[in-house]
Amino acid sequence: MLRRVPPSLRRGLLSSASTHYGGAQILNSSHSPSKSLLPQWRRRASVASTSAPPPPRPPSPPRGPSRSGGGGPTVSSLNPAEVAKFAAIAETWWDASGPFKPLHLMNPTRLSFIRSTLCRHFRRDPYSSKPLEGLKVIDVGCGGGILSEPLARMGATVTAIDAVEKNIKIASIHAASDPTTASIEYCCTTAEALVKEKRLFDAVISLEVIEHVANPLEFCESLSALTVPNGATVVSTINRSMRAYATAIVAAEYILRWLPRGTHEWSKLVTPEELSLMLQKASISVEEMAGFVYNPLSGEWSLSEDTGVNYIAFGIKKNETPSTDSIKARLS
Amino acid sequence: MLSRRRCFTAAANRIRPLARAFCDAPAPRADAAPGGAPGSQDRTQEVGGVKAAPDVLDVAIVGGGMVGLAVACALSNMPLTKHLRVAIIDSNPALKSRNHLTKNSIPDSRVSTVTPATISFFKDIGAWEHVQQQRHAFFGKMQVWDYTGLGYTRYNARDVGKEYLGCVVENKVLCNSLLLRFQEELDDIESVIYPTRLVSLTFPSISKQAGMKPTSSEPLSAGHATEELHRSNLVKLDLSDGRTLYSKLVIGADGSKSNVRQIAGIKTTGWNYPQSAIICTVEHVVENDCAWQRFLPSGPIALLPIGNNFSNIVWTMSPEESLRHKSMSPEEFVKSVNHALDFGYGPHPRSSALDHYMEKFFSGIGNTAASTKECFEVPPKATGVVSERMAFPLSLMHSHDYVSKRLALVGDAAHTVHPLAGQGVNLGFGDAAALAKVIAEGVSVGSDVGDLTLLQRYEKDRKAANVAMTAVLDGFQKMYSVDFGPLNVVRAAAFHGAQYISPLKRNIISYAMGDTKWPIFS
Repeated sequence: MLRRVPPSLRRGLLSSASTHYGGAQILNSSHSPSKSLLPQWRRRASVASTSAPPPPRPPSPPRGPSRSGGGGPTVSSLNPAEVAKFAAIAETWWDASGPFKPLHLMNPTRLSFIRSTLCRHFRRDPYSSKPLEGLKVIDVGCGGGILSEPLARMGATVTAIDAVEKNIKIASIHAASDPTTASIEYCCTTAEALVKEKRLFDAVISLEVIEHVANPLEFCESLSALTVPNGATVVSTINRSMRAYATAIVAAEYILRWLPRGTHEWSKLVTPEELSLMLQKASISVEEMAGFVYNPLSGEWSLSEDTGVNYIAFGIKKNETPSTDSIKARLS
Repeated sequence: MLSRRRCFTAAANRIRPLARAFCDAPAPRADAAPGGAPGSQDRTQEVGGVKAAPDVLDVAIVGGGMVGLAVACALSNMPLTKHLRVAIIDSNPALKSRNHLTKNSIPDSRVSTVTPATISFFKDIGAWEHVQQQRHAFFGKMQVWDYTGLGYTRYNARDVGKEYLGCVVENKVLCNSLLLRFQEELDDIESVIYPTRLVSLTFPSISKQAGMKPTSSEPLSAGHATEELHRSNLVKLDLSDGRTLYSKLVIGADGSKSNVRQIAGIKTTGWNYPQSAIICTVEHVVENDCAWQRFLPSGPIALLPIGNNFSNIVWTMSPEESLRHKSMSPEEFVKSVNHALDFGYGPHPRSSALDHYMEKFFSGIGNTAASTKECFEVPPKATGVVSERMAFPLSLMHSHDYVSKRLALVGDAAHTVHPLAGQGVNLGFGDAAALAKVIAEGVSVGSDVGDLTLLQRYEKDRKAANVAMTAVLDGFQKMYSVDFGPLNVVRAAAFHGAQYISPLKRNIISYAMGDTKWPIFS
C-alpha cells in the first residue's frame, strides 16, 4: 500500500532525474558519492564529517564506464602478509561444511526472497542475471560477506559493514579474489556511525543481526535513516516462540552444535509483530514477511508462510514523514 | 567506534578496471576491453596477432560431445545464464561442420535412442527443430522377447497415451543440431570452441592463495598482483596449443575415460562385462517401424529403425564372438543377424492357456493396456549390411563423486551403463539439463558458479537417478548372463508380468521413456 509514492512527492523527486527510470534511478541521482569522487573510503569519511552535502551524481546509466573506471591503481590497503594470514581463516568462514554451515545452507533461500522483493519493488527484470544493477545496497552485519558477495554478483553496488574487524578483513580478502565482488566496499563500522555520516542506500539489508543488538528499536531507526525515501529495508531474525526456543537454541546450539552455545539469548529474540511495530515506528512499513523452514530430510531451507522460527521481513521506507535530520535535509 | 574504523576499499577501486575487461566482454577473449580501462592495456599483449593474456571464463567444458554441447547449448539458451563466458575444449574436427546433414546418405552406425524426456529437453533448448530437419526415426512400438521362447512383451506408445516411445537419431545429427542451435545464440562461435586438447588442470588451493605473498611484494604493477589474486581462486587449464585458460567452473564431459575426472582424483566403481557390443547399419526391403530386442544367451541384440529402410544393430556378445562377427563376410553377418532375430538359439514365444488366464485375471485390476492383446511378431529380415562393423568392450562405471570444488562431471565421465536399453546418452542429457538448471538457480541468487554447495545440488539430483538406472540395467545383464532352468522360468514370468499387468507395463514404459525418475512406485 505504502509502496505507492504520493504523486506530488514523486513528481518532485522526478524533476531532478530522468523520468524514464523507476524508483532506483531517482534515488541514485539524488544521493551521494559516485566512486570516481571517492577513491578511498577514508578520505570520504573526512569529507562527510564536514557535513558538506555530497554533490549529486550525474544521471548516467548505471552500466557506464564511470562506475568502474574510477579509482585507478592506488596503493592497496591489503597487506600481503595479512592476506596470507587471513586467507586461511577466510576459508573457514567460507567453508560450506564448516562452522558457518547453517548460514550457507540458508543463504540461497534468503537471497531468493531478497531478489524477488527487490525486483518487484524496483521494477527489475527477474530474469536478468544482474537485476540489482545500479542499486546501492548496504549489508549491515556482513560477517564474512556471504550475503554481500551474491548481492554484488546480482549487480548491486554493495557496501558491507561489520563491527568486528576480523570479519571485515576476511570478507575483503575473500571478495578480492573475484573481480565481480572486488567492488564491494567493506568497512569496519556500525550503522549508527554511517547515519552520522548521512550515508543513504536504496536498500538496507540486515540479516540475523537485530537479535544481537543492545537496543533493537534504535537499530531499526538507524536502518531507516540509512534508507532513502521509498527505499527498501530487509531484516531477518528468529522469532521468540517456544518452537524457536526448541529448534534455534536447544537443537541448533546444544544438540546439533550448529552454533556455539549462547549464540542466541531467548529473551533478546524479536517476534514478527514486535519487528513490524519497531520498523513502523522508524517509518518503515513492512510489506512482506516470510518464514524459513528447514527440511531435515533434504537438508534444505525453503520459504514458507510459517514465521514461527526463522523469518524475514521486507519493508519500504515511508517518504512523507522523514524522521531523521538527514532526510529533512535531503528533501528541503 | 569511529576511531577504530578500518576500511578496505582501495583494493576494490584498483581491481575494478580489470574487472571490466573480463566481465563485460561478450566473447571469452578479453579483447573487448575498451580504451577506458587503462589497467588492462599492458596485460593484453599481442604476440603475432594472438592474445598472450590468458582467457578468463565462467564455464570451461572439456569435451564437445553430445552431452558437453548440450550443457553449452542449455546455458546459452537460458536468460539467467546466457551472459556466462563459456568455452568448449575439444580437438574433434567434427565441431567445425555446421550444416544440416543430408538425409540421403547411409546412416552412421553410431546412433542413440532418445527418450521423450530427452526430446523435450532438446525442444526446451531449441535444438530439436534442427534434429527434425535431419534424419531421425520415431518408433511407437517395441517388442522384447528372449531365446527360450517362454515369453515376450510388446510395448506400445498408446499404452501411456503417447505418440511414440522414442526416436533413433545418429549421434552426429544430435551433435550437429546442438552446434547449430549454439551458433544461433552466439555471435562468434569460433571464439568459444577451442580446437585443442587439455594438458593439465590445476585446482585452487588454500596454500596457493597464501603463497602469493612473495610475488605481491615485488615492485610489480598493482594490476599484476590483483590479476594473480583473481586467478588464484580459479581453475587453471593448460591446453596442448600452449594457451592457458582460467575458469570458475570446469565441466568434465570427456567420456568414460575422462581425463578431467582422473586429474581431479575422483575415484570410480565399476567392472568390465565379459561382453562386447558390435554395431552397424543394415538394410531391409521394407521400412522398419518398431524397436526390437531379443535376449540371447550371449547378450541382447537390438534392431532399431533409423528410417529409409535402414536399421541399426546393437548386438552384445563375448569379445571373441564379436571379433569373429566383425571379420566375417557381410553375407554371413547378415545371415547371422537374421538367425539371431528369428529362430536362432530357441523357438518363438507362443501364447498358451496360462496367458489367457493371466490376461483375464489382470484385466480386472486396471484398464488393459492396448498392447496386451498384440501377438508376437518376427522382425523384418536384413538384406545387407551397409556400414562398417564396429566392436567395443562394455563396462559399468560409476564415479564416487560427480562434483568437487569448481568441477562437475556429466554423462559418461560420471557414469557408463550397459547399452542394452539405450539409456546411456539419455542419462547424460538428464545430467546436462540438471546441471544447467542448477547453474541458473545459482546465478539467480548470486552464487559463484563453481561453488561446491551449489554443485552438490546437481549431484544430489542426478546421482540417485543414475544409480537406479545403472542398477536396473546391470540387473538385466546379470539376469541374462546365466542360462539356468529355474532362472529362465523367472525371466519368463517377468515377461508375462510385463506383458499382461498393465499398471506395471505402463510403469516400465514411463521409466524407460525418462518421464519418471524411479523404476517403481513413481
